[in-house]
Amino acid sequence: MKIAIASGKGGTGKTTIATSLAHTLAKEEKTNVLFLDCDVEEPNGHLFLRPVLESREEVSVPIPVVNEGKCTYCGRCAEVCQYHAIAVVGKKVLVFREICHGCGSCALNCPVEAIAERPHPIGVIEWGRSGEIAFAHGILNVGEPMASPIIRHLKKRFLKGDFTGVAILDAPPGTSCPVVETLEGTDFALLVTEPTPFGLHDLELAVQVARELSLPIGVVINRDGIGDEGVERFCQENAIPVLMRIPFQREIAEAYATGKTLVEAFPEYRERFKTLFSQIASILQARAEISGERR
Amino acid sequence: MKQIVILSGKGGTGKTSLAAAFAHLASREFPVVLVDADVDAANLELVLSARITERHSFIGGKVAIIDPDKCAACGICETICRFDAVVKPEEPDRCYYSVSPISCEGCAACYYQCPEGAIQMQDREAGEWFVSETPYGPLVHARLHPAQENSGKLVTVVRQKARQLALDEGRELIIIDGPPGIGCPVISAVGGVDIALMVAEPTVAGTHDLERIIQTVEHFRVRGAVIVNKYDLSIKGTQAIEEFCKNHNVPVLGKVPFDPVVTEAMVKGVPVTAFGDSRVVEVISAVWGAVRGML
Repeated sequence: MKIAIASGKGGTGKTTIATSLAHTLAKEEKTNVLFLDCDVEEPNGHLFLRPVLESREEVSVPIPVVNEGKCTYCGRCAEVCQYHAIAVVGKKVLVFREICHGCGSCALNCPVEAIAERPHPIGVIEWGRSGEIAFAHGILNVGEPMASPIIRHLKKRFLKGDFTGVAILDAPPGTSCPVVETLEGTDFALLVTEPTPFGLHDLELAVQVARELSLPIGVVINRDGIGDEGVERFCQENAIPVLMRIPFQREIAEAYATGKTLVEAFPEYRERFKTLFSQIASILQARAEISGERR
Repeated sequence: MKQIVILSGKGGTGKTSLAAAFAHLASREFPVVLVDADVDAANLELVLSARITERHSFIGGKVAIIDPDKCAACGICETICRFDAVVKPEEPDRCYYSVSPISCEGCAACYYQCPEGAIQMQDREAGEWFVSETPYGPLVHARLHPAQENSGKLVTVVRQKARQLALDEGRELIIIDGPPGIGCPVISAVGGVDIALMVAEPTVAGTHDLERIIQTVEHFRVRGAVIVNKYDLSIKGTQAIEEFCKNHNVPVLGKVPFDPVVTEAMVKGVPVTAFGDSRVVEVISAVWGAVRGML
């Protein structure tokens, strides 16, 4: 089972929920848990799970290298590149690697085979264990724009077809490519929000993303009590289950500040995370039964 | 004309609340243009009483479409596509390929290689952008459609419009509410600005993410300054941030205390500085004075 923890708005508590869920399942339920931190721009899961990272692998994207000896400066590469990442200026070919998506189209289209590709590193993935939890995260190099290839690499490496157990994917904030890359192929999107106008606005967007990907969803309301009723009303009107509410308490915020997971700081939450997981499992089971009947 | 951008690395540290407060304070002194560059999850309009006056469609790129009648099912497109966007549907009597629009990055590699000419590249509307009226000046903002890409390009579009408005109307300052993270939309938001204000919270995650955003801002050679938000959640964490900033020669312009008044103002839909007097407002006003001094 693959559960993605997402939210439109940043700082709503994705990592808090993801780490405590992983912690509870691995320690209490003896489940085989894999924690994947897919927020490769600002990965934080390791700060709470404190894994021993044993291995590391570079992630790169292929970028074009032009053999100026063969090149006829015909400009075909620039014409086919949809991202304007390669340009021919007089007797010079310029490659703008930051905006190159590594699609390989320039090399395929070069009539004189003057374009080769070389890997350009954009970040790393690291993995190891945090006690019973298998842990992996990706880190985008500073100055590199594209997070998606690292997330793709992370998922390919650890979520192979034969994966059993529970994978918890901590998603980046937002609604664009890195979020989609994280959510795609998962079984459930757990959307973490806060009961404020910003939280509501961004939850609505996150719900649309999950629907676009046909994922079943559930909501966690964090810092319950700080704002207004908008999020509750929205969930009710749209029949979105609210699976957990965590009240706003200064002590929770202070424990978070020091890098403790919620269940470490407040062990009474373990039962609630067990319930959260069993609710997700039953939603997925009900869904499987319905699609079974349809067949 | 000067430009300042508000960033944070980590989401939910208070960028938008601060941007709205600066919009309010700055507009009392000189004409400003406001930009919401968090196009994934734009919230600034919610606290500026924005009224949309212009609406434009944003074409983010293209998407490949395979004509099933022309497709000979040779599979070349599938081999070429590096984004796993080509899928092979089987129907009882025949087979052809199709493209998953969510995975397609619009590189057109398949379009150029298809021997049957069965692939077309179509424009894809990836979002909308707007100009709105607010009591503090015009706001240029956008909404990326859920699960779309090219948020960096959309940030560039809204910034260009803001610049043009500032030049046309003789407005002296552009205040940009930035996206979280360090990837492509952040890079688009930070380029060419005069000051990058980074909002940090004194948590292990907040400190970790601040380090990455400071490096990013340094990488693009932009002058940075830091504001610590909710500093009293961890005095130790705040000291660590101050120490780090000192070592990087980045000034800390102020420390905003935790106060529910910030959320109350958000619920009312106004900048916190327009909501009434509080310690928070005093500190933000002092920070604004420091920012103006840097310009």
